[in-house]
Amino acid sequence: MNRTRTLRVDRIACTGEGLCAELLPELIGLDEWGYPIVRDRTVPERLRGHARRAVAACPRLALHTDA
Amino acid sequence: MTALTLAGSPLWYASRAGGTLALVLLTATVVLGIASGGRAAPRSVGRFEIGLLHRNLSLLTLVFLVVHVITAVLDPFVHLGWAVTVLPFAASYRPLWLGLGTVALDLLLAVLVTSAARRRLGVRRWKAVHWLAYAAWPFALFHGAGTGTDTRLSPQLWLYAGCLAAVMASVWWRLAKAGPGRVVGRLVAALTATAVPLVLGAFLATGPLQPGWSQRAAATAMLLGGGR
Ligand code: SF4
Repeated sequence: MNRTRTLRVDRIACTGEGLCAELLPELIGLDEWGYPIVRDRTVPERLRGHARRAVAACPRLALHTDA
Repeated sequence: MTALTLAGSPLWYASRAGGTLALVLLTATVVLGIASGGRAAPRSVGRFEIGLLHRNLSLLTLVFLVVHVITAVLDPFVHLGWAVTVLPFAASYRPLWLGLGTVALDLLLAVLVTSAARRRLGVRRWKAVHWLAYAAWPFALFHGAGTGTDTRLSPQLWLYAGCLAAVMASVWWRLAKAGPGRVVGRLVAALTATAVPLVLGAFLATGPLQPGWSQRAAATAMLLGGGR
């Protein structure tokens, strides 16, 4: 259960909606065109719930967490 | 007020209230869906809040729809039976108008199931089914206007008008914001957005707002659905 999770943005599917950065600003920033920049791919334990919510909120299903 | 409204059982009132609330919530869900599709970015609320509200209101819509359907089926006045909840146009009471509601429910259930499984389906298939929600909304509206025993009450009419105005405004806003491309899609949307208010207005004027609608609502069914 304690495997580390990593964030991955599917660059082809992502349309720069920016919802993920609103929900997970600790790990995701936006570039000047509104596309996400993952600052840190590993999701710390305390941010797991937030990461899950950001993944669920992406309207393009472009954000993934890999176990 | 029609005699039927006065004579309705508590279950009938519950069903009407549930149905009306479901329509209002569905309208809000559609508006929010269009807003996030059009990348509305109001300054005071986050984009993710629009998305979450869209999801939560859609689930609430289904809750009220369940109340609406169960109370309607249990109502002894109309003897609907459980089959009509999923099989359209099979009802003994105003089959055509009730059937539109069943179609809307079926469409929304398809949207619910595919949304729950969207990760497995992939974005294309999920979105393809999600478009059905746009069809469900007019079905629900005409179902309410044609089946509702209180369509002639002016608060109810204002409510329908409000729902219509909200969705029409968001569709036109979305079309105004849309870039080039998808010409067919935009044309279809524009034509539908023009047609729905006209057809609804004509329908209300010739149908539910005329005396004797309850008899005719039952009769339309005989002609179209060979009602039982
Ligand atoms: S929410 Fe999804 S589509 Fe939007 S920027 Fe993030 S990954 Fe891309």
